[in-house]
Amino acid sequence: MSDPVLVVRDLVTSFPSARGRAAAVDGVSFELAEGEVLALVGESGCGKSVTALSLLRLVPKPGRIESGSIRIAGREVLSLPVSELRRVRGKEAAMIFQEPMTSLSPVVTVGAQVVEALRLHEAIGAAQARRRTTQLFDQVGIPDAESRFDSYPHQLSGGLKQRVMIAMALALRPRLLIADEPTTALDVTIQAQILELMRDLQRELGTAILLITHDLGVVNELADRIAVMYAGRLVEEGTREQVLGDARHPYTRGLLRAVPSLGRRGERLAEIAGVVPTPQERPIGCRFSTRCPVALPRCPTDPPGDTPVAPGHVVRCHVVAQELAR
Amino acid sequence: MEAHVVSNLVVALLLAGAAALAIGVRRNDLWRASAVELARRRPIALGVVGVYLAVALLDSVSWVGGGDAGAGGNALDLHRPRSLIDRAFPLDLDEKSYSAPLASVEFYGGAPLDHPGRHLLGTDILGRDVLHLTLEGTRVALLVGGFTSLIVIPLALLVGVSAGYFGRRIDDVAFFVMSTLASIPNLLLLIALIMAMGRGAVQVCVAMGVTSWVGFCRIVRGETLKLRELDYVQAARALGVSEPRLIWRHILPNLMHLVVITFVLLFSGLVLFEAILSYLGIGIDGSWGQMIDQARDELARDPIIWWNLAAASSALFALILAVNFVGDAVRDVLDPRTLRERQ
Repeated sequence: MSDPVLVVRDLVTSFPSARGRAAAVDGVSFELAEGEVLALVGESGCGKSVTALSLLRLVPKPGRIESGSIRIAGREVLSLPVSELRRVRGKEAAMIFQEPMTSLSPVVTVGAQVVEALRLHEAIGAAQARRRTTQLFDQVGIPDAESRFDSYPHQLSGGLKQRVMIAMALALRPRLLIADEPTTALDVTIQAQILELMRDLQRELGTAILLITHDLGVVNELADRIAVMYAGRLVEEGTREQVLGDARHPYTRGLLRAVPSLGRRGERLAEIAGVVPTPQERPIGCRFSTRCPVALPRCPTDPPGDTPVAPGHVVRCHVVAQELAR
Repeated sequence: MEAHVVSNLVVALLLAGAAALAIGVRRNDLWRASAVELARRRPIALGVVGVYLAVALLDSVSWVGGGDAGAGGNALDLHRPRSLIDRAFPLDLDEKSYSAPLASVEFYGGAPLDHPGRHLLGTDILGRDVLHLTLEGTRVALLVGGFTSLIVIPLALLVGVSAGYFGRRIDDVAFFVMSTLASIPNLLLLIALIMAMGRGAVQVCVAMGVTSWVGFCRIVRGETLKLRELDYVQAARALGVSEPRLIWRHILPNLMHLVVITFVLLFSGLVLFEAILSYLGIGIDGSWGQMIDQARDELARDPIIWWNLAAASSALFALILAVNFVGDAVRDVLDPRTLRERQ
C-alpha cells in the first residue's frame, strides 16, 4: 500500500482564553490512506473543525498551532513557507466548507470562481478553463451547466451552491478533500443527493476524504473509518463496522444511544448526562470522566493510553483496558 | 504644458473611459440589465446629470483663436483659450453693470444696454452675463466633486483595506493617523493646507480630499475586518489564493456598494462644502459658491439683485438633487434584495 495521503501526529492547536491558552485540539493523531474516507465525529465544540482548519494552516487568529506534525502527500505542512503552502492548498488538499450560502463570493459569477481555482494552479487558457468548468458542473450534477456558468451565487439554491463548491474543490483533482460538515446547512433530500454525489466522485477519482461531522447518519453513508473526538482528544478509532457496530468507549456508546430511531418510538430519547467541560474544567485524566456512567476512581487523574481492542480498532479508556486485561 | 491642453487631454481620456465602460456594461448581462433598469427608474435625474456632464465637458475643451472681438469687446480675449461654451456667447456680450433678466436698460440709471433682451439671466456687477457664469460654474462643481472623490476614495480604500486586512502594526499606524486628522477641526486644517499649497483649483481639491477621507476609511476598515473572516475569503485561502489577489478579487469587489454610496454622498457634500469655502474667501475661482458669496451684498440692496443668487443656487440645488436621486437608484438597482422585490 502506498504512503498515507495525510498523517497527523500530536497536533495541538490553542486559542487564548481568560486564563492562559486553551487547547481546542490537544494531541490528536490520525492517518488517512489513499482513497479512504475517514469521518471525524464529535459534538459541537469538541475541536473537529479546528482540526480541519489546522490541516491547511487556516486557523483564524488569535488561534495558533502549538506543536505536532501534519504531512500531506509527504510534505510537512507546518514548516512549509507560505508560497509552498499555497501550492498544497487547492492542489494537494482542497476544502469544502459548512455553509454553501456564504462560501461563494456574492459579486463574482460561480463559473468565474471555479475558473479562478483552476487557473491558480494550472497554466491553461480562459477558453479551456471555461470548458473544464462546464464539464465539472456537469459531473457534479448541475443541470444546464453552460448557462449556470454565468450565474451569481444569489441566483442558485443552497444545494446547487454546494455542488459548485464541490466542483471547485475537485477542480484540481486533489488527493485529499477536507469536508467540514458539507451537508449540515442543507435540507434532508438535498443532503442525500450531495452525499451520493460525494461517494460517486470519491470512487471515480480516488480522492481521500476527511469528513467532519456530528451527523452519524452521514457517517454511515460515507465513511470507511471513524474517529470519535471528545474535548480536543480522540477517544475511539476504528472501521465503520467496528465503531458503529461494536463501540467500546462509553462516550461513543452514549452518542449512538442518543440517535433517534424509528424502532424505538415512544421511548424517551437517551442522553449523555452533564455538559462538556470547559478547557479550564477539564480533568487531568480522561476528559469524559466527568460525565462517564462507568468511571473508575483513577479515571479523572490518570490519562488513558491507546488500547487496541481489535486490528485497527483503538480505544482510550481505562474501563475497556481493565475488561480486556481480565 | 498649458492648462487648456491638459484639460483637453483629460476630456479625451474621460470620453475614452466612458466608452470603455459602456462597452463593458453592454457585454455583461447583469450590468446591462441594471443600466436599463436605472434608466427606467430615474430618467429625469439621469438626464439632468447628463446635461451637467455635457456642459462641464464642453466647457473643458478649449483653444486659442477664432471669433470676432466685436465693437465693444476686448481684443485681448482673442489671445486666451476659450471653451466651446465660451464660444456659444459673443465676445463682446458684457454690459457695464447690473441688468435684470431680459432687460433692455441698465438696472441702475436706466441707460440702454448694448445687447438689450439678450441676457436671459441678467448681468452681474461687472456686467458679465449670469447665464454664462453659471454654465462655467458647472465645470468647477464637477471638478470639485469628481476630482476630490478621486483622491478620497482610493486613499481611503488603500488605508482602510490594509488596516482591516493586515491588522496589527499597520492598523495601529492607520488608526493613529486617522484619529489625529479627525481631532483637528476640519475647517482649520483646510485653511492651513490651502495657505500652504496656494489657491488653485487642484490645491483646494487636494486639501478637501485630505480632510474628508477619514470617515469613509473607517467604514472600509470595519467592512474589511468583517469580510476577512467570511467563509468565501477563507474558502479562497484554502484554494491557495495569494494575499494580494485575495484582496483584489474578493475584498475590493465586495466593498464596491460602499464606494457607490459614498461617492454620491461625498460628491454632493463636497460641492456644498466648496460653497462654504468660497464664503470664507478660499474657494475656487468661478464657482457657484463665489457667485453666492457675492450675492450676499446684493441681497442687501434695494431693490434687491436676486438673479445672480437664484441662478447659482438653482444650478447647485438641481445638480445635488439629481446626483442623489441617481445614486439612490444605482444602489437599489445593484442590491440583489431589491432586485427580487422588482420581479
